[in-house]
Amino acid sequence: MMRALTFRLNGAERTLEVDDARSLLVVLRDDLGLTGAKYGCGVGYCAVCTVLLDDAPIRSCVTPVGAIDGHTVTTVEGLASGGVLHPLQQAFIDHGAFQCGYCTSGMLLGAVALLRSTPHPTREQMVQALDGHLCRCGAHQRILAAIESVAAQGAAAGEAR
Amino acid sequence: MSDDPGERAGFDRRRFLLLAGGGVVVALVGLGARFALKRDREFAYPEDLNAYLRIGKDGRVTVFSGKIEMGQGVMTSLAQMLAEELGVAVASVDLVMGDTKECPPDAGTFGSLTTRVFGPALREAGAKARSALLGLAAKRLGVPRTALAVDDGVVSVIGSPARRVTYGDLAGGAKILRVVDRRVTLRTAKEFTVIGQSVERLDGPAKVTGAAKYTGDLRRPGMLYARLLRPPMHGAMMVSLDTSAAERVPGARIVQHQGLIAVLHADPQGAEAAVRAIRSSWSEPATTVDSESIFDHLVAVGGEPNEIARHGDVEAAKARAPHLVKSVFHKGYVAHAPMEPHTALAEIKDGHATIWASTQTPFPTRDRVAKMLGMRRDAVRVITPFVGGGFGGKSAGQQVLEAARLAQLTGHPVMVEWTRDEEFFYDTFDPAAVVEVASAADPSGRLALWDYAVFGAGPRGAEPIYASPAQRIVSASSGPEIHPFAVGPWRAPGANMNVWARESQIDLMAAALGQDPLEFRLRNVVEPRLRRALEAVATAFGWQSGPAPSRRGQGIACNIDAGTCVATAAAVRVDAATGRVIVDRIVCAQDMGIVVNPEGAKMQIEGGLTMGLGYTLAEELHFRGGDILDRNFGTYQIPRFSWVPRIEAILLRNDALAPQGGGEPAITTTGAVVANAVFDAIGVRFYRLPMTAVRVKDALAAATKA
Repeated sequence: MMRALTFRLNGAERTLEVDDARSLLVVLRDDLGLTGAKYGCGVGYCAVCTVLLDDAPIRSCVTPVGAIDGHTVTTVEGLASGGVLHPLQQAFIDHGAFQCGYCTSGMLLGAVALLRSTPHPTREQMVQALDGHLCRCGAHQRILAAIESVAAQGAAAGEAR
Repeated sequence: MSDDPGERAGFDRRRFLLLAGGGVVVALVGLGARFALKRDREFAYPEDLNAYLRIGKDGRVTVFSGKIEMGQGVMTSLAQMLAEELGVAVASVDLVMGDTKECPPDAGTFGSLTTRVFGPALREAGAKARSALLGLAAKRLGVPRTALAVDDGVVSVIGSPARRVTYGDLAGGAKILRVVDRRVTLRTAKEFTVIGQSVERLDGPAKVTGAAKYTGDLRRPGMLYARLLRPPMHGAMMVSLDTSAAERVPGARIVQHQGLIAVLHADPQGAEAAVRAIRSSWSEPATTVDSESIFDHLVAVGGEPNEIARHGDVEAAKARAPHLVKSVFHKGYVAHAPMEPHTALAEIKDGHATIWASTQTPFPTRDRVAKMLGMRRDAVRVITPFVGGGFGGKSAGQQVLEAARLAQLTGHPVMVEWTRDEEFFYDTFDPAAVVEVASAADPSGRLALWDYAVFGAGPRGAEPIYASPAQRIVSASSGPEIHPFAVGPWRAPGANMNVWARESQIDLMAAALGQDPLEFRLRNVVEPRLRRALEAVATAFGWQSGPAPSRRGQGIACNIDAGTCVATAAAVRVDAATGRVIVDRIVCAQDMGIVVNPEGAKMQIEGGLTMGLGYTLAEELHFRGGDILDRNFGTYQIPRFSWVPRIEAILLRNDALAPQGGGEPAITTTGAVVANAVFDAIGVRFYRLPMTAVRVKDALAAATKA
C-alpha cells in the first residue's frame, strides 16, 4: 500500500511516499541511493544487509519499509560524523578487519548495536552477537579484535558512542 | 629526445614510435615480454612502461593493472611495489584495476600470480620510469644523474636540496617521453623501504564508510533490472511456457531470445514479481548420480590417468613392503559462496559496449562478450569495480553474457544480479574427488613406496614433497564432462583434496610405525625451506612429541603451493555428545620469499585457514543428478565467528627468494591439519570430508562398539 512514511535516516528527518511492503534494502539502495547495505542472500541468513532500526540491528532485505515509519534508521553511511570516522570504522581499518568489504557495512552495524547495548562485551557475547553475520574472506578474528579495542577505548574514555 | 649519451647508446630506431599526440614514446629494447601464463600468450604484458603508470602534474601516480581487487589486498601491495621502485610515497599512488580500456592486458586474477608475475613487470616499469625521470631531472638541473637523489617523488641535488624538481613537473601528466633502453636493476631487499612494510590497506576508508562501489551499486540512466527464468535443475528441458501473467505486471517487459527468457523492470522487486509470475513446466532428466554415488562414478568414468611423477619400481616395492597402508579418500563438491553474488551491468551505445562486472577475468570476459555481440573487441570495455569475493568462482562470466545480450536486445542498460539461489545453482563448484593411495615405510620411518591416484580434482597438491625410492603419482580426468554440473577453479584448485589425502596418509604411516607425525615428516621431506617451516611451526605451537593418538588433539600438516612452503599445526577438541569438532588454535608458518606487505600476507593466511574450516567441517553440496539441493545458507553452512579459532600466522624471513604466492597456500593445509588433530584427539581417522558433527558422532559410536 502506498503511504507516506516519516522517519529519521542517518540523523536527518525524511518523508517518503512509498509502497510500504517494499523491502527496506531495495528502498535504501534504489530509492534513497544508499548502497552501503548489500544484498547477500535475500532471506536474512547472511546479515550483509544489516542496518539499525533505532538501536536494533535488523536484516533490511526481509524488513518491509513500512516498519521504519516513526523510527530511526542508521546505515553505514551515517556512522561517520563531521568527516570523522566512527571509532569502530577506524578500528576496522587499524586491525585490517575486512578483505573484500562486502560484509563490512553489516558487520559494523552489528558491532555498533552490540556496543550500544553491551559496552564491554565478553568474547562470547561478541561471538554470539555477530554469529549470524557471514564473512567468506575469513576476517573474523580481526573483526573481534577491532571491536575489543573500541570497547577498551570506550572504557578508557568513560563513554560509549 | 634524450641528450644523455648513456641513454642514447643502444637506442633501436626500429622501436621508435611517433604518437599522434605529439609525444614520443620509445618502447624498451631487448626485454622479453612477460606472460601471465604460458597458455595465455595473447595476454602478454606490454613493454612500454606507460602502459603501467602515469604521473600527473600534481605528482599523483596512477597505476594500471589488469588484476582486480576482490579482498586479497593487491591494490595495496601493487602500490607498494611501484612506490618502491619509482621512489614515491604509497599514499600518492592511485590504482585503476581491471579496466580493459585503461589497463595492460591480463589473463585474470587467479593462481596467486599477481605478486609473483605481474609484480615484477610493474616493478620493472617503475624502475624504468625512475631512470627516465632522473635523466630528465639531470638535464633540467644541469648536473649528472649520479648527483641526484629521489625522495617521495622529488628529485634533488645531493648536498643542495633546494635545487629540486618534482616528478609531477617532469612528467606533467604526459607519457614519459624518453628513450630508456638501459636494463634497469630492481631494488634489492637491503634497499627496500616500502616493500616489506605493513602499509595500511588503500581500500580501507572506502570499505568502512560504504563508499566502495561494487557492480551492484552502480546505476545508469534508463537502467533495467533483469531476472532470468531458470530451469529447476541442470539438464531440464522446457515443455511449456506461459508468460501472460508476467506481462500483466505493471512496468515489466518480457524478452525471449534463443532460449533466454527474461523479465526486465526498472525496479528490482518488479522484476522479481514478474519472473515469479511466469508459468513453465520442464522435463526432468533421469537422475544419474547423487552426493553419495558420485565417488564411484568419478573412478568409473575417470579414464586413463595422466602420470604426474614416477620413478623406481613401484610394483616391486609393493610386493616387498612388510606393511602396506592403503587408503581411499572422498570429498564432495564445495561452493565458492562469495558474499557478493555474480553481478554485471551492461550498456551498449553508439556501437560501443561498456560492461561493469564482478569478475576475476576482465580481459577474457571482454573477448567473450565481443564474440557474442558480434563486435570488435576494442568496441567492448569491461570495467571491474570492487569485487565482493571471488575465490576462483568469478572466472566464468555467465552473468556478464546475460547482461550484455539483454542490453543489446532492449537498448537499455541492463543489470543482472544473481540471487543467492542462482549463485548456488550456477556455481562452478570445487569438484568432488577421490584419492586412492598405497604407501609403505621402512622400519626406520623412511618412505619406501608412494603409489597415489587422484580422480576428479586434478593434480595440484599431489606432486611429491616427500622422498620415496618408488613413486607413482597419477591424476585421472578433472574435466567438466565427468561432473553432473559445472566445476571450476576453487582457491588452490585440487590442492585442498590432495593435501588432505596426502597428509592424512603420512599421519597414518607414522601412526602405524608408532612414530611422531612431525618427526616422520622431517625425516622424509625434501625441500629445506619446508623443513624450516615445519620446525618453526612446531616451536611456535609447542608441539609435544609422540605417536598419535595422544588424546591431546594436536595435528600437523605441510605443503608447497604457488612457490610457498607452508606448515600448519592445530589444536582441536571433539564434543563427544554432539560430534562437533571445536578448533581451538591454529598456528601457520610460511616461507613465501620476500613479503611485500606482512600484515596483508597474514590476513591471507588467516582468511585461508578460516575459509578452509568450511570444506573441512561442514561444506558439501547436496544434489541429486542436476538438482542442486543447497540453494542458500540455511542448509549450506559456511564458517562463522563461533567456529573460528585463535590463528597465529608466522612469516619466515627469506629475502633471498622473490615473492611467492600468498592467497592460496595456507588453505591447502586446513583439511589435513584438522583431520590429523581429530585423529590425535579421538583415535578415529576420517576418510571423508567434511567431518560433519553427524559423521563424527557416528564414527565415535562405531569405534565404541568395535
